[in-house]
Amino acid sequence: MDSPMLEPSLYTVKAVLILDNDGDRLYAKYYDDTYPTVKEQKAFEKNIFNKTHRTDSEIALLEGLTVVYKSNIDLFFYVIGSSHENELMLMAVLNCLFDSLSQMLRKNVERRALLENMEGLFLAVDEIVDGGVILESDPQQVVHRVALRGDDVPLTEQTVTQVLQSAKEQIKWSLLR
Amino acid sequence: MTRLFQSNDQTLRRMCYLTIKEMANISEDVIIVTSSLTKDMTGKEDVYRGPAIRALCRITDTTMLQAIERYMKQAIVDKVPSVSSSALVSSLHMVKMSYDVVKRWVNEAQEAASSDNIMVQYHALGLLYHLRKNDRLAVTKMLNKFTKSGLKSPFAYCMLIRIASKLLDETEGGHDSPLFDFIESCLRNKNEMVVYEAASAIVHMPNCTARELAPAVSVLQLFCSSPKAALRYAAVRTLNKVAMKHPSAVTACNLDLENLITDSNRSIATLAITTLLKTGSESSVDRLMKQISSFVSEISDEFKVVVVQAISALCQKYPRKHSVMMNFLSNMLRDDGGFEYKRAIVDCIISIIEENPESKETGLAHLCEFIEDCEHTVLATKILHLLGKEGPRTPQPSKYIRFIFNRVVLESEAVRAAAVSALAKFGAQNDDLLPSVLVLMQRCMMDSDDEVRDRATFYMNVLQQKQKALNAAYIFNGLSVSIPGLEKSLHQYTLEPSEKPFDMKSVPLATTPITEPKTEIAPVATSKLPEKLARSRQDIYQEQLAAIPEFQSLGPLFKSSEPVQLTEAETEYVVRCVKHTFARHMVFQFDCTNTLNDQLLQKVVVQMEPSEAYEVIHYIPAPSLPYSQPGSCYSLVRLPDDDPTAVSCTFSCTMKYLVRDCDPNTGEPDDDGYDDEYVLEDLEVTVADHIQKILKPNFGAAWDEVGDEFEKEETFALASVRTLDEAVGNIISFLGMQPCERSDKVPENKNSHVLFLAGVFRGGHDVLVRARLALADGVTMQVTVRSSEETVVDVILASVG
Repeated sequence: MDSPMLEPSLYTVKAVLILDNDGDRLYAKYYDDTYPTVKEQKAFEKNIFNKTHRTDSEIALLEGLTVVYKSNIDLFFYVIGSSHENELMLMAVLNCLFDSLSQMLRKNVERRALLENMEGLFLAVDEIVDGGVILESDPQQVVHRVALRGDDVPLTEQTVTQVLQSAKEQIKWSLLR
Repeated sequence: MTRLFQSNDQTLRRMCYLTIKEMANISEDVIIVTSSLTKDMTGKEDVYRGPAIRALCRITDTTMLQAIERYMKQAIVDKVPSVSSSALVSSLHMVKMSYDVVKRWVNEAQEAASSDNIMVQYHALGLLYHLRKNDRLAVTKMLNKFTKSGLKSPFAYCMLIRIASKLLDETEGGHDSPLFDFIESCLRNKNEMVVYEAASAIVHMPNCTARELAPAVSVLQLFCSSPKAALRYAAVRTLNKVAMKHPSAVTACNLDLENLITDSNRSIATLAITTLLKTGSESSVDRLMKQISSFVSEISDEFKVVVVQAISALCQKYPRKHSVMMNFLSNMLRDDGGFEYKRAIVDCIISIIEENPESKETGLAHLCEFIEDCEHTVLATKILHLLGKEGPRTPQPSKYIRFIFNRVVLESEAVRAAAVSALAKFGAQNDDLLPSVLVLMQRCMMDSDDEVRDRATFYMNVLQQKQKALNAAYIFNGLSVSIPGLEKSLHQYTLEPSEKPFDMKSVPLATTPITEPKTEIAPVATSKLPEKLARSRQDIYQEQLAAIPEFQSLGPLFKSSEPVQLTEAETEYVVRCVKHTFARHMVFQFDCTNTLNDQLLQKVVVQMEPSEAYEVIHYIPAPSLPYSQPGSCYSLVRLPDDDPTAVSCTFSCTMKYLVRDCDPNTGEPDDDGYDDEYVLEDLEVTVADHIQKILKPNFGAAWDEVGDEFEKEETFALASVRTLDEAVGNIISFLGMQPCERSDKVPENKNSHVLFLAGVFRGGHDVLVRARLALADGVTMQVTVRSSEETVVDVILASVG
């Protein structure tokens, strides 16, 4: 029997990972010492990737840890927790991460866009999980707090084409919404 | 770094915080940024405040914490939820560092818990729990308050459920307790997360009856058909756990589980299958096996091991289905797989063979086929060992010899050596095969590896003598002494010049090594530490006793008993006794613990009054027993030489000590003390203390080896015992001997049984007991005892009578 009376604790998430199509690491944050060295972390990531990139189910149990994951075009998002955790909580974290990223990247969740907006990614993950504790689960809140405004260069310093471009983008998105 | 703070770009500022957090562990000058962070923390821009708090708390240590305490308190009760959350979470991180300071913020946290934001509620609850973890009363009060007032946050509910179930477990509250009702009411919550957490908590409670499980199981059943894979997975996993203890409760869900077998997520499908295997009936086994075999190749190794273990449990439940399962298992053996997986399958097959004699031939045949092409030497040697043990008894042993000899020719050294040993066993037991075995052995003597050559020569010589006794001693029943003990004795022997040959009897016997409690079947993270050789309890005691000068002349330690409690559980002084038996003495080790924190005990001695001819020679006191630190005192007793059959004795024990009152907080004792005594329960020494268990794999050969020179037989009627199982258990525990050839398991519905017991009596004399039990109107027992010493036989019979 699993040890039923695990100490109730707020520390629920062990790691958040984003891998690309080849299993290479794009972003990884480990919140505890399950894999202390980078070498072990990479081995773990390789292991997860091999097991999950073919099937599209959302959840798996590997090496005694629960892994919930989501894939989109060429990116794979993973949230790792211990096997005693409530799987739905980990799903909530994953969904929050995915939804807030898709809002920030304007629904263009793919590798190049992500690499261009790494700072947004860092800030978003920081807002969602802090040291293993789930900080926020509402993607709207996260986006609001990250409050990336992208190229917020004052109007006077932009060229005319740039202004027109941003105006076009804004209209396009407001139509699509 | 401070320059970057001057920039107004939000993103840049925020990235600064992140960098500070990352560098907190490695850099030591982060203190410089503290003032900038503090400014940001209390500044106007809400966007900065939360992250600033978190970054600051990452770099703070205890001294600085006092300085920012005021700001933290304000932040916890701030209206902006992000600030409040950040403050609460950071306080949680700092609890590890400086518990006392954070403790003072309890009131603020309490206020935050009544906030509307779901995350703030969750964090506040978590912080409050951590602060009050050790105070059960406070936790109970907190729980009561929150369960009544109700919370909005599903995360907070999950936390509450966990706290409640932990509390229930600690206080062992019954199922009428309000906490349990709260958890059950959560089953009807709107949010799936809460419902699942509640169901999971109920399932995990240790004393649940099927009736209490029913609502939880029905909820999980609903989840099984949910479109979300995570929910299905969670439900199936929990149902799997329920099935381990209450399979009947899960049968209602069988239909849903069967639907899940074809689920696209392989983990879900595997779990569904293993649950069905636990709850399935005999008729559905065939169908299940077919379904499993179709998909076993696609699941990961860890799940394959889980499936194999479930099959093994199923085999024990339905022994008649062994042929189906054997086929299935051998097919799995042929597929690819890692070492753990193959090992699990081999273990499963071996356990089927051992439990079910009808399946032996097929099982051995499958295993032979496996070793033809096995790359794992550990498995090959294990199987060869098994073949050597079981093969000679099959009707046609010769066909196994071919397999074994092939191993000798083809494989690596370890496997070849094991094959030679197996061949020897065949030769020893089957006389008609002996000439062929001798020829094969001769070929092995030309092998390139020295271990193989040595073994072959050794066995050749033993077999050529054609004496049953030698065969038994050297081929069948291996070394029965403990290896570390043997090593020490040999070392001792080589140091002192001596005329006598080395005496095996002086080496302490092997006892079972201390095994770790068996870990759960579910896949666990592989341990990274190498496994240390398990030292038996006996070796540890031997070293402890050898350190005491008065005991060094006693000779080697023969046996140590299990600890016996001499006091009740909740008394002021807790005393346990371990009985150590030597060749002519016994040492009683009393482990005493003082549970009174206002007393210090000194010169603790346990005085013993024997009832028979035992003589107490010496006491070694425990010098001092402060609060809750266990200490040991010893008593040396000489066993009576004149009457060897007086093996049992009762001692009345009294603990005598000098007690000094001391201050509970500091532990400082007063200057003077007074003598006091404390009566303990009586201590019994029985015949089991003089006998060490020893496993003889081949009881028949050992029986012949000892010879019937001193054999005696007597018949007893056991009046108070009603069933054969009970009689067998009583005999084994009374005599303290090891049941051999699995004779401790009484087959069902049989009225007679033969029990084989083996042991070594103090002084190194082998003793074997064969007990024929018959159940008629009560149990009658015919006991035959053989030993190499007459007194031993008398002792055993006298004690049984």
